[in-house]
Amino acid sequence: MGTMVKVGMADLNVCLPPDSITTLGLGSCVGIVLYDPAKKISGMAHVMLPDSSRIRNNENVAKFADTGIQELYNRVIKLGANRSALIAKIAGGAQMFAFNSNNEMLKVGIRNVEAVKNKLASLHIPIVAEDTGLNYGRTIEFYPENGSLLVKSVGKPVKTL
Amino acid sequence: MAEVKLDEMNHMQFDVLREIGNIGAGNATTALSQMLSAKIDMKVPKIDLLEFKELGELIGGAENIVVGILLTLQDDIEGMMMFLVEKKAAKSMVKLLMGGFGSGDDEEFSEMELSAMQEIGNIIAGAYLSSLSALTNMKITSSVPYMAIDMAGAILSVPAIEFGKISDKALLIETEFGDVGNEVNGYFILIPTLESYGQILTSLGL
Repeated sequence: MGTMVKVGMADLNVCLPPDSITTLGLGSCVGIVLYDPAKKISGMAHVMLPDSSRIRNNENVAKFADTGIQELYNRVIKLGANRSALIAKIAGGAQMFAFNSNNEMLKVGIRNVEAVKNKLASLHIPIVAEDTGLNYGRTIEFYPENGSLLVKSVGKPVKTL
Repeated sequence: MAEVKLDEMNHMQFDVLREIGNIGAGNATTALSQMLSAKIDMKVPKIDLLEFKELGELIGGAENIVVGILLTLQDDIEGMMMFLVEKKAAKSMVKLLMGGFGSGDDEEFSEMELSAMQEIGNIIAGAYLSSLSALTNMKITSSVPYMAIDMAGAILSVPAIEFGKISDKALLIETEFGDVGNEVNGYFILIPTLESYGQILTSLGL
């Protein structure tokens, strides 16, 4: 058994078998896995916000969907992943509190998922599986050995994507 | 207006914010104590400047199941107020409030219990905010309380994202409370926006 690499909030890392990679308690944030199935090279990012260009304080690239996915992409390519072989799996982007107001501040989950999809599309990386939206938190674990992504939530059975 | 930079706050500013936590949480704890007819103590408030990575670990780890009650703040102070209680402690609280009735620790919350929990959140957040308002002479209005029962990391991501827009760290005024047997414990967290921090400090003459 390998060790489990932990990715925090606004953080990213790469992972090779036999290790696995995880991020805990995704709420409105989105977890993105990039994976080259042939070479079993993977990486995971935990992004909080959609767009770095609209925010002044953006030193931490892993915080944003646009810059975070770019950085993750660079890292897996550097490890030897094949550009055209890369696939993506994404999870998160929930709306944690059931607000009925139109408060923009609280719809960030939806906007995060959109931004993640746009960025992946611009890099020509297909999303092969996703578990996004709704109103509950998710913990995700990715195993590059077989490419499975486990999604765990409170009071729900574990999903395998 | 006092300009606040999260990385450059001085001791004086920290002390004032701690005092705000002290007064707000003190009133909230009293309200909770009266409501539950139980003796509840609070600890000395902490001012935490945390990286996002650390934030999820605040309350017993990112996967710890907690009840989170969130109110958004408007007017002179903008931001959020959160009240976080571990699931088991929330059950004990509701049981005290409903005179011993309630579901078992492992069961889901009933409609009645959810509504009771929300009311607890409402009253103590009101007590916290009204004392803050009186102290600073600022007008604060809050939204209705919103509630979620989920992993601590997921719930704390909501205020974290707000901070993410302005900073790579989050500043919290955090106060832990509990009864003697530690059955009822939790956290009050006040999360003003950066501008509001400046306004609070200015209103108190800093």
